[in-house]
Amino acid sequence: MLELKNISFKADDGKDIVKNISLTVPEGQIVAVTGPNGGGKSTIAKLISGIYTACEGQILLDGKDITALDITERANAGIGYGFQRPVTFKGFKVRDLLNIANGGEMANDDLKEIMGTVGLCMYDYIDREINSNLSGGEQKRIEIASVLARKRKYNVFDEPEAGIDIWSFRRLISVFETLRKTSSAGQLIISHQRGILDIADKIIVVSGGVVTREGAPSEILPTLFDGEDFRNCPVGKRCADE
Amino acid sequence: MNKLDELLSAIGWTDDAKNGAFSLRENGSCAALNSTENIQITRLPDGKGIEMHIKEGTKGETAYIPACVTKSGVHDNVVNDFYIGEGAEVTIVAGCGVHSEEKGEALHHGVHRFFVGKNASVTYREKHIGTGASEDKKINTVSEFFLAEGATAVVDSEQLGGVDDAQRDTTATLEKDAVFTVRERLLTNGSNTVDTNFVVYLNGENSKTDVVSRSVARGNSTQRYTSRIEGNTICTGHTECDAILAENGSVDAVPGLLARCADAELIHEAAIGKIAGEQLMKLCSLGLTREEAEQKIIEGFLK
Repeated sequence: MLELKNISFKADDGKDIVKNISLTVPEGQIVAVTGPNGGGKSTIAKLISGIYTACEGQILLDGKDITALDITERANAGIGYGFQRPVTFKGFKVRDLLNIANGGEMANDDLKEIMGTVGLCMYDYIDREINSNLSGGEQKRIEIASVLARKRKYNVFDEPEAGIDIWSFRRLISVFETLRKTSSAGQLIISHQRGILDIADKIIVVSGGVVTREGAPSEILPTLFDGEDFRNCPVGKRCADE
Repeated sequence: MNKLDELLSAIGWTDDAKNGAFSLRENGSCAALNSTENIQITRLPDGKGIEMHIKEGTKGETAYIPACVTKSGVHDNVVNDFYIGEGAEVTIVAGCGVHSEEKGEALHHGVHRFFVGKNASVTYREKHIGTGASEDKKINTVSEFFLAEGATAVVDSEQLGGVDDAQRDTTATLEKDAVFTVRERLLTNGSNTVDTNFVVYLNGENSKTDVVSRSVARGNSTQRYTSRIEGNTICTGHTECDAILAENGSVDAVPGLLARCADAELIHEAAIGKIAGEQLMKLCSLGLTREEAEQKIIEGFLK
């Protein structure tokens, strides 16, 4: 089990971004974290991956305290992390990235399978450079493929649906469902998409840096927007007191 | 393996190369030479270089012209001329290795002139390397390309360490429908300096050039890149300098475009900076240490 115990994080300016959050990701389950933008969801993902270091609290991986470990150490301890904004590399081919993720040369059949899983034809993409000539959606799929190639015990995906077209989105959902069936990996998925929230074993709603609710989709989804205040939305958008 | 063999191997010389056309230069003089039916190599009368004549229509042959300096005090000056016949499609593999352990300058200064015939195509591969404790290993090159109508030249050039001081001047003059492509990769370290300059004259209609230099400046090394693409007719030109800085390395990039015709389409790009933090984080999230990640990023960048 991946466990966050009373985790807090402050920005450089001292502002509290995450306040005393506790959550668990059991093996073989999908935990979806959702909530309004700016609520601290991506910060939680970065705290788990080691990009940010918690000010207070503990992160436990199968009971082992990994709070003090850096990104590399956490990656090697069993954490996979899919970036919200994929990183581009001049001169790096898709094959290079996936080989690094795999920890060694991948066989063509394995590359084909992983690329196919994220909806890309291996032959079209494997020798392409990961640069801005790839569309945002293509970059995102390659990012997800790099996490899948890691085969970690717990994966954190930060808005995996961002930039993916609706046709490929269905395939993405099936990727997570298949992972749940075929591996014991636990998945923490930060998402705004109903399709992902629907397949989660548990939904955690984070707003204002705290967990406001958590429970099964059947329990959370019908009342997901209850109590949310939209008054600060831009002109022309739905307003809570309309 | 002695120093000469090590250097030759490092710059791409193989035993197989001896079966084809080649000119091997060692410490300022021609050590061995071979011609083939289609590629004739002759020594210039003063011994300061060669002329290579490639028959028109020659396809798929490769000629090797390695040059090595293995001690200080050697000033190797060479002028090589290459005449590539109409419609030929060939590869020329050059390379220069300089080794020196003692004080005193060890210098290779090479002038290469390529006369590429109508609709001919040449790929020019060039690898420069320096080894040994001396800090006075120099390689200066002047490469001039003259591309006739429909001719193509691809320059694939790398200098990935060990050369203390390098001056690299490349010019190309293009006629109608000619295409000139450059892929340069440079790595400097310690107190190395490199000055690399490109001048391309797009004189013929629909001529094209794409000059891309990628470099890494480490230690206290300094690099300077200039390019000058001159569009004198309807043509397209692109020049790009991407550089990664590490430690106290510095890079000056001055890409230049001169449009002398309203139909000249010229683009330049230059990006210099240290390795992006996100790139390091991504590779660390895949299990690499920061040092391993840096190494992978640099290897990929210079590949």
